[in-house]
Amino acid sequence: MENSLLTIILFAPTIAALITLLLPKDSRKLVRWWALAASLVPLAFALVAWFGFESAVVDPNGYKYVIIAPWYEAIGSSYHLGMDGLSLTMVLLTTLLIPLAILASFGIDDKVRMYMALFLFLETGMLGVFLSLDLLLFFVFWEIGLVPMYFLINQWGSPKGERELWGGLKIANRTYASFKFMIYTMAGSLGLLLAIQMLGVVFKTFDLPYIIQQWNALAPNDLILGGFTTVGTAKTVAFWAFTIAFALKVPVWPFHTWLPDAHTEAPTAGSMILAGVLLKLGAFGFLRFVLPLYPEQAQAGANILAGLATAAIVFGAFAAFGQRDFKRLVAYSSVNHMGFVLLGIAAAAQEMGTQSATIALNGAVLQMFNHGLSAAGMFFLVGVVYDRIHTRNLDEMGGYFPLIPVYGGVLIFTSMASLGLPGLNGFVSEFLVVRGAWDIFPVWTALSMLGLLFTGAYILKGIAKSLHGPLNQTHSQHLGEISKRELAVIAPLMVLMLWLGVWPGWLLGVIDKAMIALQSAIG
Amino acid sequence: MEILAILPEISLVVFAAILIIIDLRLPKGRKELLAYITFAGLALIFVLAILFSRPADGGDPAIWFGMLRHDLLGFTFRLVFLAGAALTSLLAVEWDSISKRGEFYILLVFSTLGMNLMASAGNLVMLFLAIETASIPLYAMAGSMKEDDKSTEAGFKYLLFGAMTSAVMLYGFSLMYGFSGTANIYALAEAFTSVPSTPLFASLVLVLVGFGFKISMFPLQFWAPDVYEGAPTPVTGFLSTASKAAGFAVLARVLLAVFPLADWQIILAVLSAVTMTLGNLVALWQKNIKRMLAYSSIAHAGYILMALAAGTEFGVNSMLYYIITYLLTNLAAFGFVIVYYHQAGSDEIESYAGMSRRNAWLAFGMLFTFLSLGGIPPLGGFFAKVLVFSAAIDAGLVWLAVIGVLNAVIGLYYYLNVLKVVYLKRQPGDEIPMRINPVHGIVLVVCVIGVVLMGTLMAPWFRLTAEAARSIF
Amino acid sequence: MSIQDFPIISVIVFLPAAVGLLLMLVPKDRDKLAYNIALAAGLVTFLLSIVVYVSFDQPLAISVNERLASGELLPASEIYQFYDEFDWLPALGISFKVGVDGMSTPLVLLTGLVMFTGVIISQRIEERKREFFVFLFILASGVFGVFVSLDMFALFFFYEIAVFPMYLLIAIWGWKQTREYAAMKLTLYLVIGSVVALVGALAMFFAAGGTTFDMVTLERANFPRDFQILWFPFVFIGFAILGGIFPFHNWSPDGHVAAPTAVSMFHAGVLMKLGAFAALRIGIMLLPEGAKFHLPWMILLTLVNVVYGAYIAMVQTDFKYVIGFSSVSHMGLVVMGFATLNHDGMVGAGVQMVSHGVMTALFFAVVGMIYDQVHTRQLDELGGMVKYVPHVTLAFIVGGLVSMGMPGFSGFIAEFPIFMGVWGEKPFWNGPVFPEWLNFLNGDNNWIAIVAAVSIVITAAYIIRLIRKVFFGEFPKQFEGHMHDVNPSEKLALGLLVLVLVGIGIFPSVIVPMVETGVERVLILLGGM
Repeated sequence: MENSLLTIILFAPTIAALITLLLPKDSRKLVRWWALAASLVPLAFALVAWFGFESAVVDPNGYKYVIIAPWYEAIGSSYHLGMDGLSLTMVLLTTLLIPLAILASFGIDDKVRMYMALFLFLETGMLGVFLSLDLLLFFVFWEIGLVPMYFLINQWGSPKGERELWGGLKIANRTYASFKFMIYTMAGSLGLLLAIQMLGVVFKTFDLPYIIQQWNALAPNDLILGGFTTVGTAKTVAFWAFTIAFALKVPVWPFHTWLPDAHTEAPTAGSMILAGVLLKLGAFGFLRFVLPLYPEQAQAGANILAGLATAAIVFGAFAAFGQRDFKRLVAYSSVNHMGFVLLGIAAAAQEMGTQSATIALNGAVLQMFNHGLSAAGMFFLVGVVYDRIHTRNLDEMGGYFPLIPVYGGVLIFTSMASLGLPGLNGFVSEFLVVRGAWDIFPVWTALSMLGLLFTGAYILKGIAKSLHGPLNQTHSQHLGEISKRELAVIAPLMVLMLWLGVWPGWLLGVIDKAMIALQSAIG
Repeated sequence: MEILAILPEISLVVFAAILIIIDLRLPKGRKELLAYITFAGLALIFVLAILFSRPADGGDPAIWFGMLRHDLLGFTFRLVFLAGAALTSLLAVEWDSISKRGEFYILLVFSTLGMNLMASAGNLVMLFLAIETASIPLYAMAGSMKEDDKSTEAGFKYLLFGAMTSAVMLYGFSLMYGFSGTANIYALAEAFTSVPSTPLFASLVLVLVGFGFKISMFPLQFWAPDVYEGAPTPVTGFLSTASKAAGFAVLARVLLAVFPLADWQIILAVLSAVTMTLGNLVALWQKNIKRMLAYSSIAHAGYILMALAAGTEFGVNSMLYYIITYLLTNLAAFGFVIVYYHQAGSDEIESYAGMSRRNAWLAFGMLFTFLSLGGIPPLGGFFAKVLVFSAAIDAGLVWLAVIGVLNAVIGLYYYLNVLKVVYLKRQPGDEIPMRINPVHGIVLVVCVIGVVLMGTLMAPWFRLTAEAARSIF
Repeated sequence: MSIQDFPIISVIVFLPAAVGLLLMLVPKDRDKLAYNIALAAGLVTFLLSIVVYVSFDQPLAISVNERLASGELLPASEIYQFYDEFDWLPALGISFKVGVDGMSTPLVLLTGLVMFTGVIISQRIEERKREFFVFLFILASGVFGVFVSLDMFALFFFYEIAVFPMYLLIAIWGWKQTREYAAMKLTLYLVIGSVVALVGALAMFFAAGGTTFDMVTLERANFPRDFQILWFPFVFIGFAILGGIFPFHNWSPDGHVAAPTAVSMFHAGVLMKLGAFAALRIGIMLLPEGAKFHLPWMILLTLVNVVYGAYIAMVQTDFKYVIGFSSVSHMGLVVMGFATLNHDGMVGAGVQMVSHGVMTALFFAVVGMIYDQVHTRQLDELGGMVKYVPHVTLAFIVGGLVSMGMPGFSGFIAEFPIFMGVWGEKPFWNGPVFPEWLNFLNGDNNWIAIVAAVSIVITAAYIIRLIRKVFFGEFPKQFEGHMHDVNPSEKLALGLLVLVLVGIGIFPSVIVPMVETGVERVLILLGGM
């Protein structure tokens, strides 16, 4: 069981997806409930992993539930999965959000089978990234996740809106957004792909723990790749290749421009997953790959990363504040929030092994989890309104609180979590990041406070424009209270937000161990 | 048994005499039987030749006081001529201007006789006589459609050029005799060792003129298209195959026996390159299928020359293999032209439009034939081409082989163009099934199967040609 | 009697041609009968090729490689499996020798698969169906023959047989607007390539003593280095033309576009592999020193293929041209993989041949299914097909993902090692070419991998564009009533192709170890590089 646990978690969604495709075409209800039920399976096993985590066997590299099987022997790649506190957190987040996203998608009527199947495929792709301990396998899942997301945006994205390209050609917004998403990410991954290839050529294997060990044992002036490249050069190039790929995904300013488009055009559940999990892939990549593989280079580049992170925080907040489209506002808030994650990581890279670094890392990982909860919640809530009034324009809303008080309460609660109100989860993680980064990058951290200020501004703007003020009657006749199903989606998120805000220790304990192990592995 | 050695030739003479008598005795309405009789006679002689005239191993090749050479090379060529003539006689069936006229068949037999002697001549005098015996009937045959201006022109042109080049060649013979004091081809080489190189070279050039005319080698190729186009198609078939083969037979024998390789290898190689390139390039523009085949036959002469230019045993072997393949293929090609002419009354390539719809098998056979000409497996043309290119490479003439293969591609282009018309183009009435004279059908089937066999089961043929080539080295 | 004793390879080679000739006997108007015979023959051939694939003995191949590596001079009959031999022309050392190794077995299976699916897809042909199958089957025999020939003459023999039916198939059944031009262009390009290679092959034959065409013997002929350096370009480029190598790739898109569907499938799916395969078998394996000398610069040609091909594909407006140029790009990767002359690159190339073959067969099948119904391939005029042909759409998307090298599909499994091979390639630049600040590019070909990788993004761009323009968006009004779903047999054909693409992608071990045994032998010939 221990050995196959991760395999089950990883491929249960795929099998469920394949079965979904075989269900009768017309029974939408069956498909929906089946997908929901099936998506609970990985969650259940993730909980098994969670509760058994303490007692599980640890392999020499510090991973649990490890499984190794030959996969692509010709080039030395194996099916190597393993879990540590970091991936456990992320797996938990993913397996939790997917059922909620599926539940949130019960309103989808068009091509339901395919929609649900894509979501489940997407889950496998994301989980694979978190669980892979083989670079090639990691890349497989890293890229494969793009495909379902592309089609989710492209096919089920918001049908309205056109965009004029150069040459006067008009295409639908969702087409543009999905294309941009796909190409940006693929182009970003190109360097990653090449760098992985280079590592494979040098080490004849893609096994991550092995490579980390060997790689860091090489002196910077050793020659590799036919004797024409020094380790130092190769590492620097590969570091930036990895960094760009992950930075694009996070996304870090100035690589973030795909994000508002993709988030805005995606269907509600797609946005939830996009913001909730997909963005974490990039941050996860920094922690899992960049820091262990390139500690010196990361240290050298930390200042730049911190600067970019600050830019993301500040500009993200400003940009969010400037939006009229509610969904776009939330989308930019992701740039802002994910900036804290990167700030924490950059700080840790600068002064690896210090207490501040550990705190910053803890904050970063917790922020990943928290943002997963709050961003998913926010997107969902925007989607709830959109489903009713079919606009996301804040100027056409206003004064809805009296009409839909429950919804209003939920929105305010979630917004506050997003804003970082003490007592809710966002506060804890942002505080930790700032606390950790303060010692290391005081200037950047101070600047990012400006962003934090505007976070409050744009969140309040969103609430004010939609819930408060005089009733805007443009669409209000369509408005209806949040339904039970929708409440079922948001309720678990709210519980977690509160719980983590009040007592984050249960999760931080796991994260902390992983972060200490991470730093000690780098030495 | 020197008599047995020339049994086929004696039989040919006798058979010609019999034909004259039969021609006189046959009632006017039954003259079409002549074709079958000729075929039967030639086939019988073919069998007799195989049974009785095959040269024994180790026997002295010089017979009849050195006038003739009884070797396997000559023997093989003689079989080739007999087979060619026999098939030609059947192809002549239904061709109005010739099929019912006894003299055509008699001329055919006499011409074959001359070719047989050409292939085995061992003496310059004998050689000249043989060449004339082979040629003069051909002049007449080419012009035998008396009402047709083109045919008359063809016969006349052929006669004039033939006579002139014969004269030049004869002059060359006389030089050779004058400098060496012998007319025996196999004694000449020894006698020439003391002859200065200029007259030797002069005689070589003069002789090449005569032979070059027969094989339509550059720059003596210009008669071919007009004659091929004007002559009755069965005659054209015979001209382009047996007659050309005879030219190569003497060319190979004389060059290899008399002149040192170094003297003529480069000349022949260059002529080969020019001949095939010219033939192929001009063939590209042809609209009449007979003219196209005429230029193609010039090109093929170039390929065969390439093998000969190698000057090796393997080269002669390849040459012989090529000639046999080419005989079968080109006879089939003209066979298709004849069959289709009876149907459409035209030799223009355009008129072949829609042929594949009228008779799929006929088109399929034509496909095979033309692809064999183009050098595509599994057909004889492919292997033959591989052999001649090999011979050139083996002899160090790589540049020639490269020119050769590029030419093969050009050739393929115009062959495919014909097939394109056959398969792709449409014309009114192309749904009507086509009637084929069964006799023609048989000839075509035999030829096409032969072509396929030459390209797939090469071993028995190759053994024959290899032994034949060995016999003159 | 074990399966290895049955002359299964010879049967596979000759069965299609024999059935083809048999089809000539079918009456002209019995198209249905002709189709059924063709289908049965295709199925039998396919099953036989599966048998060969499944019963290929990998441990044996590995032990044979070990023995070869230790210097044993094994005969062809021991190196190759399912070995079969008949004397053909002993006087010149020509014999009909067939057998398969790890390199050719997957290609035999590929050919069987493409043949079977190609027959199914051809059911829509209305005109002269019978003759179509006749020529298609002759073509198939030629293709099989090349893959299994162990005799150089036989290889050329089948190579040409595989080329010429293309002419008629394209010229008669092709797209009316360009078929004559394209067919002729294709034939001439390919024949020029093959005859040039033939000259080189004959030179090898004589240099080795002129006694045998047996390729295993010729491998050991130890041709002088100068000889190899002189002749390698002839042989390699001659064959690589069929592989679509730049700057001789021009015939290929035109040919693809003009050809009828099944022929495009065969053409891009299998025929182009013939070129790469023969370039390996005769070029690299017989002239290893020449290969080491020339291939480093030839990588640059393939680099142009890969990137330029992808770029040109992106700007096409005709559905089929996009696919046609994508083949140029992907085949460039195959040749690039071989040109690296190292384990990774060649394994990748071996897998890429199969992957690309299946993928492009799938593409062309889909193009055919759509074109046959709406009679246009202009991307701007198409759209919304998913409504009518959902399964076809799905299959095309899978093909597209393979094409863009998406992990989880066969394209990734194939392309990844090719890029690794390029990384690992020994440096060939003498002295620095790039300025100081780009020093990491100097002396190394790593930048080739980097440049080539750009093609992945370009490919993604044009594939996404295709999918969007053809299958999604508005369904054009003028086609209302013209589009119908394809029938189950066509779905079966697509399903088979998809199965292979996904199967290889998820379980590389179904093919990679086999290809590795073939590559291992090449590496031994190259002197254990």
